[in-house]
Amino acid sequence: MKLFHLFSFFAAYLVADSSDVENSVGQFFSSGHTNNWAVLVCTSRFWFNYRHVANTLSVYRSVKRLGIPDSHIVLMLADDMACNHRNPKPATVFSHKNMELNVYGDDVEVDYRGYEVTVENFLRVLTGRLPLSTPRSKRLLSDDRSNILIYLTGHGGNGFLKFQDSEEISNVELADAFEQMWQKRRYNELLFIIDTCQGASMYERFYSPNIMALASSQVGEDSLSHQPDLAIGVHLMDRYTFYLLEFLEDIHPASKANMNDLFKVCPKSQCVSTPGHRTDLFLRDPGSVLITDFFGSVRKVEITTEAINLTDPIQQQEESSVSEDANKEMYSYVDQLPVSEIIHQKPKQKDWHPPDGFILGLWTLILLVFFKTYGIKHLKHIF
Amino acid sequence: MAAHRCSYLAWLVFIFSLSGILVADGQETTLSGDHLVSAVENPQTDAETEKRAAEEPAVEERRWEATRAADAAEENQEFPASVATVLSSTPQLKDDFQEELVIRPLHSGDIYASFHFRTLWETDFMKGNKVSHYRLFPKSLGQVISKFSVRELHISFTQGYWRTMQWGQPYLPSPPGAELWVWFQDTVTDVDATWKELTNVLSGIFCASLNFIDSTNTVQPSASFKPLGIANVTDHRFLRYATLPREIVCTENLTPWKKLLPCGSKAGLAVLLKSEKLFHSSFHSQAVHIRPMCQDSQCKTPSWELRQTLNVVFDLHTSGQGKQEWSLFKMFSRTLTEACPLASSSKIYIDITDNPQEEQFELIPATPLLRQAVVLGDRRTFSVYDLTQQVTFGTVRSLNLLIRWKSTEGHMLRPLLHAERYVAGYGLQTGEIHTLMYNNHPFRSFSVLLLDSVPWYLRLYIHTLTVTSKGKDNKPSYIHYQPSKDRIRPHLLEMLVQLPPHSVTEVTVQFERALLKWTEYTPDPNHGFYVGSSVISALVPSTVAMDTNNTQERTLFSSFFPCKEESSYFVRVYTEPLLVNLPTPDFSMPYNVICLTCTVVAVGYGSLYNLLTRSFQVEEPNPGLAKRIANIIRKMRGVPPL
Repeated sequence: MKLFHLFSFFAAYLVADSSDVENSVGQFFSSGHTNNWAVLVCTSRFWFNYRHVANTLSVYRSVKRLGIPDSHIVLMLADDMACNHRNPKPATVFSHKNMELNVYGDDVEVDYRGYEVTVENFLRVLTGRLPLSTPRSKRLLSDDRSNILIYLTGHGGNGFLKFQDSEEISNVELADAFEQMWQKRRYNELLFIIDTCQGASMYERFYSPNIMALASSQVGEDSLSHQPDLAIGVHLMDRYTFYLLEFLEDIHPASKANMNDLFKVCPKSQCVSTPGHRTDLFLRDPGSVLITDFFGSVRKVEITTEAINLTDPIQQQEESSVSEDANKEMYSYVDQLPVSEIIHQKPKQKDWHPPDGFILGLWTLILLVFFKTYGIKHLKHIF
Repeated sequence: MAAHRCSYLAWLVFIFSLSGILVADGQETTLSGDHLVSAVENPQTDAETEKRAAEEPAVEERRWEATRAADAAEENQEFPASVATVLSSTPQLKDDFQEELVIRPLHSGDIYASFHFRTLWETDFMKGNKVSHYRLFPKSLGQVISKFSVRELHISFTQGYWRTMQWGQPYLPSPPGAELWVWFQDTVTDVDATWKELTNVLSGIFCASLNFIDSTNTVQPSASFKPLGIANVTDHRFLRYATLPREIVCTENLTPWKKLLPCGSKAGLAVLLKSEKLFHSSFHSQAVHIRPMCQDSQCKTPSWELRQTLNVVFDLHTSGQGKQEWSLFKMFSRTLTEACPLASSSKIYIDITDNPQEEQFELIPATPLLRQAVVLGDRRTFSVYDLTQQVTFGTVRSLNLLIRWKSTEGHMLRPLLHAERYVAGYGLQTGEIHTLMYNNHPFRSFSVLLLDSVPWYLRLYIHTLTVTSKGKDNKPSYIHYQPSKDRIRPHLLEMLVQLPPHSVTEVTVQFERALLKWTEYTPDPNHGFYVGSSVISALVPSTVAMDTNNTQERTLFSSFFPCKEESSYFVRVYTEPLLVNLPTPDFSMPYNVICLTCTVVAVGYGSLYNLLTRSFQVEEPNPGLAKRIANIIRKMRGVPPL
């Protein structure tokens, strides 16, 4: 009897265990996305906005560390801080005091930089309406199974975000762009994070489904910077992104941290501003959404049991026969500066058009002949 | 009479210098005799090392096997006959990879390091040939060549300006910012559209803003930029040239550049390419050159060359901490441990021409291998470190070259040709561009071809163009000028000018600044607008006979420009880019507020005030034309009007 009890207990345990495994597997596939994309934008120019570039690069570093490849990240930096002449250590951007963490790294790939970072280009990337010859690295090639992370930082106000000190994007425009993305089935779920003054005003107008939004400050509040550095001479990072980076540094691809943990990042005691979030458009419970659903990457692995025979290596066709070889003309190098040839170069034949004086003369002639034949008093017959 | 005396003086100086050269030559010959001995000794040491290598299989067995496997693979590539018996009778297309690092201690105490990587592939991209199987040649570039029917492609990204007066000529010249010039194959029908697409694709490959190249900064030179590879006819309709002087160069440009190398940055010389050191320098330039080359001396089939170069000048004062000592570790924060296993040759050259008796600097470890090469019109001697030999790395299995300076005199060089450029004038309406070209050769004159591409917003007054040398008017023997069209194309000015010996030739042209539309201003218009460097191409008389045989084995750094004559060598010199201020409206918020307020006051208050203060009267009907004329006449006569 005792033995039976033990057995049943063991069996129950086994069943519970297997259901737990199924649960976790189910949870793994519950988000329903098959690929991850990230659009990271710094909209500020000039050296004193060093912190905005550092913000963007630290998010870039985190998503890259968690597995999103460079081909799936569209990174926009409005100015070059790393190789700026004011940077005492070129090719580095630091996020921590005493130059502890170089967020620029040794293998960064910036897709849009400098003057390319405009409202137009940003909206075109989101909606996919780019010129035909745009390379793949500058496109957001997402589909209806994509989870997209959009991170913006810069100077903003109530309802707008400035781009490069010369133009701005409004919250209505942004909301319409997201709606267009939804209608064109360009995302499955979208996480929007903005670190700017009055950031919450930027997500107020969103109306498309499956969007979760976070902001560093409420309407009427300023977002503040963190950590001035004496060697660099400017602030290194903004408060919100600093604590976001600190939070993300602890995340690894298998961690179970969810969005509710993300909402707790940087409380008012640390941030001075009040970070806000909006989840009413999002269909799932934020507690069930993993951080890695947006910051990490799905890697699709298919296992096959079939044996595959590799064919023979491709045979290069032997195309040049000896007889053909003999007919070929001989190539030679050209003179780099053929002086006599240049001097005697014929000017290019242009489309001939009569000189201006000639046309004037022609008209004079026509008028003269006219007056000669009709005289001035017959003018009224014409008009 | 004074001129005569001067010429006598010049002759005297010349004779002295000639005797000096002769003496130096004598020294050199004795030296090279020594070198010969050492070179003769060298094969023995090579043989010895091979023997040693064969004898010590116990030490690091795995490593040796691995390299041997790689060797075997390469042999397969190199000797298709041996493959034929194993696989089939089709010959493989051969490709070959070489890497080189040249280090030249400069007179100013700085140090110049120049990396050259070359992939040579016996294949043909021309005439729509489909190439599908890639080995060492990067596929991304191969596809670009095929798709856009490119014959030659030259692209460079440079930060900083090469100071010819202090550093002499570089092995490969490049202007500050980005430069791109492309020769298309004659099968291309719409060159401009292909060019536009190509720049977009390249901007994706190199993470650069090359998509800003459009018709407003592209020119079609009529005589400069001849093809560097083989070409039988040169029709300049298939050439496009553009520069972006403002382009910044940073890690994001270096990353894709390194990915094009067969070994990446994992092995070989590319291990040294660490961005935080490379960009902490006075000058940094990286380039990619693709061109068809002769396969053999007959030159009937082309093989394609991809040449990747990276030039960097390290400043003694900023990074040397005042100490006169250089090492690979100090420069690049890495040492070398192996050659790239895919490379057929991997060498380091150190220029020791100015240092035959080790009086200027000391080189540690010393090497018995020496090599002479004719480069930039001068015969130079180099110490050679062959990375494919295990002896190079010594017992510690890592090579850390050390250069220790002994003397510290730094003097200005007198390169035979150099140039500078500046903007003169004041105010925001007009200005003048001055280009100075120096010929420092004591008795030879030579022709240079000057190319200037000026954006449309500087309107050149071409009638004010003057070319003067030695106070006299110098008439160019060839001028090609293409005026600009607003917002469509830039000015293009090409001139062939003869530079008299030992002279300064000054080219001046006045310009007017155009007003931009308010959307055409950059986000930081107060920074100013850049005008790209002018390009000076010249055949400079050489002091030694140049090597005109293009097929024989030469060092990579001396074989870039093909040479046709023995007596002169081709150089390209770039001047400084110009930074010009345009009249800029104040875009700031207070200014806009003031404008708006003034408008409101003028329109609103002004009209109200007008209404309140004006007295209204009934106007008399308008008199006829005849009456008015009569009244004017009456007024002149002093009679009361009708």
